Amino acid sequence: MEKILRIKNLYASYTDENWILKNINFEIFKNKITAIMGPSGCGKSTLLRCINRMHEVIPGAKVKGEIYLQDKNIFEMHPIIVRRKIGMVFQRPNPFPTMSIYNNVIAGYILTGVKLKKEEKDRIVEESLKKAFLWDEVKDVLHRKGTFLSGGQQQRLCIARALAMKPEVILLDEPTSALDPKATRMIEELLVELKKDVTIILVTHNQSQAGRISDYTAFLYMGELLEYGETEKIFTVPEHPKTQEYLSGKFG
Amino acid sequence: MKELQVKILKDKIFKVLIVSLSLISVIPLFIILFQIFKNGIKAINFEFFVSLPKPPGEEAGGILNALLGTILLLIIALIFSVPLGIITGIFIAETRNKFTDFLRDFVNVLQGLPSIVMGILAYLWVVKPMGHFSALSGGVALSLMMLPLVIKSTEETIKMVPFSLKEASYALGANYVSTIFRVILPASIGGIMSGILIGVSRIAGETAPLLFTAFGNPFINMNPLKPVESLPLLIFKYAMSPYENWQRIAWGASLILILMVLFLNIFTNIIIEKWKKS
Amino acid sequence: MKTDKIFKGILWISGLFLFFIFLLIFISLFKGSFLSIKSFGLGFLFSKEWNPVTEKFGMLPFLAGTLITSIIALLISLPFSLSIALFLGEYFKTGFISKFLSYTTDLLAGIPSVIYGFWGLYLLVPLIRKLEIKLHVTPYGVGILTASLVLAVMIIPYASSIAREIIKLVPGDLIEAGYSLGATRYEVVKKIVIPYSASGIFAGLLLSFGRAFGEIMAVTMVIGNFNFLPKSIFSPANTMASVIANEFTEAVKDIHLSSLIHIGLWLFIITFLINFVGNIVIKKFKVNERITG
Repeated sequence: MEKILRIKNLYASYTDENWILKNINFEIFKNKITAIMGPSGCGKSTLLRCINRMHEVIPGAKVKGEIYLQDKNIFEMHPIIVRRKIGMVFQRPNPFPTMSIYNNVIAGYILTGVKLKKEEKDRIVEESLKKAFLWDEVKDVLHRKGTFLSGGQQQRLCIARALAMKPEVILLDEPTSALDPKATRMIEELLVELKKDVTIILVTHNQSQAGRISDYTAFLYMGELLEYGETEKIFTVPEHPKTQEYLSGKFG
Repeated sequence: MKELQVKILKDKIFKVLIVSLSLISVIPLFIILFQIFKNGIKAINFEFFVSLPKPPGEEAGGILNALLGTILLLIIALIFSVPLGIITGIFIAETRNKFTDFLRDFVNVLQGLPSIVMGILAYLWVVKPMGHFSALSGGVALSLMMLPLVIKSTEETIKMVPFSLKEASYALGANYVSTIFRVILPASIGGIMSGILIGVSRIAGETAPLLFTAFGNPFINMNPLKPVESLPLLIFKYAMSPYENWQRIAWGASLILILMVLFLNIFTNIIIEKWKKS
Repeated sequence: MKTDKIFKGILWISGLFLFFIFLLIFISLFKGSFLSIKSFGLGFLFSKEWNPVTEKFGMLPFLAGTLITSIIALLISLPFSLSIALFLGEYFKTGFISKFLSYTTDLLAGIPSVIYGFWGLYLLVPLIRKLEIKLHVTPYGVGILTASLVLAVMIIPYASSIAREIIKLVPGDLIEAGYSLGATRYEVVKKIVIPYSASGIFAGLLLSFGRAFGEIMAVTMVIGNFNFLPKSIFSPANTMASVIANEFTEAVKDIHLSSLIHIGLWLFIITFLINFVGNIVIKKFKVNERITG
């Protein structure tokens, strides 16, 4: 199986005192869904942000170690390039309220000043919205602002926005925690469908969600990677006692 | 990757632009402060504080009349604005109806008015009936500028007093008056004080409404019914004059005025910090 | 409980007294300018003659002077105040340099107007005079441009503090979304922060314009006090506020004084309208932010 990301000896911190992530080592497989789980405050969001260098947006952030995308260390690339190759979807749906649905989908191109022909734009918008299971619902209102959409629709619009940049990897930071069960199920189905095209890394505090859709699971505890492997194996025969405790709901 | 380099360059240029424009904006402050210190310090000695301005051509002279006049004007302005401001502030904060909503809007309008309008009003209300300029009319004009600040700071700080505090007072059987005076006012005194100080630092430098109310006076006057000098008025007149020793006095007076305003600002900040902590 | 009743009575009386002041302001201004309103009517606004000798009064030169100086001041200050707002609201939210900048702009805001005027008179006027000699225009030194420059310096702290408040309200997750799509900070500012806060910034501009409109002393000291329509940005002029400041004590004739109060009435009306619209737009911006963000 092909590996797309290699994380080596990664340390991360927002303050001078202690590391939030300590010596993280693991590899992520292409076209799979990898879930990152762990109790709150374990550093899972920080780990996710390091993968496309979004941690740098927070003042005072620093990292040590390497992350390889294919064979290139992302810390030696420009963050702009990294983020174009590795997209991100956030906890709360955040479409741009000043842009139409259409422009939201191609927001990445608009923001970075890439000029596209009308046909090209139309094609990207249609393709991305179809991939995000949103096309049928919004195809007649493309030029209206996206603020009237439901939370689930807004989150799918954000997924379409990330997909439009044709990333190799998409990072999702608890993408369904602000949504109702129905919208959550739709996003889960969508992610399973999407992994054909793109590698997905998902941070979740919802164990059953990780169990339902991920192929691999990483269990993080106090900034350390305690266990990583196939989801089925982790959920049935966890090796580490802490993983066992977590899965049986002893803490969370 | 040329496209990327252009992008990064643009980003850097923009940042440099933001930083340099921001820093350029504060240059005037340092020029003003520097010039006023440089020219002002030369004018200031002990005599400057205790003597009256000399006629043009003569050396030396001081600003005693303006210092005392400013104090007199501030006292009058405080007498008119503080009690009324605090009481109406309590009224607006404690009573919720259309009338107080309207008063709140009116206070905002009053705050946005150019100060010269206050001068016109004080002229029409005090100078005209009395038939001559006076410290009283100047104080009225300044109190009209203070009033919205006192009302707003009273209202806002009273609203910030936790409701539980009020409840506790009622639970102990206290009536409305003692709840207001024993519980709410003491809890919000810092906020009200800082509002008053901000107001004082603003009106202390106010000139325009005094031009045709307090009018100015080359002699010492402590009678509220007679015209009186003030620091900013003196600066205005002497700065615009062609006489060198008058201009020197204007520089010295500017330094005193700036120090006064700076001191008030620092003092206000200290009070706000202390009040927020408790 | 009797004291409660008395106290509540006092509260109401003070409220009514405030209302009485409100009525009195209108009545006094209207009564004071009645003679001028009766003689010149609305033509007062559009007549360009201001002549105490012939007793013909119109405020067009002052309206023009005020509008031109305020607009030029606003244009000059805009890049600076936006920069400070972005500096404090986006680039350097914390740290020594941000504290330094916000403290110095606060100090700039606290300097009395008369000192700005004095400074303008001694530093700017000679500079402008040199410039005018170079450009071969009459070297007054004082005039529209000088007044606009002083005004610009004076409104920067005010405008930047409003713009900073507005920019701080831009939701952080929108900015993060921008970065996650590979945008640079410049692109995020230009295409997310500014469009999002456009209406609020516009309102801030309007309020700053109101500030410039009502500014008196600094302008009076450097504008040249010339009661005719300005011909260029170098010509001396007068603003509505500065003509009142200049002539009020000299106005011996009733119609002259009444016309000055009439200008004051219009100053009141115009600044009121500007503040009213500006505050409504800002309120709307804040409410909007709460719902969508």
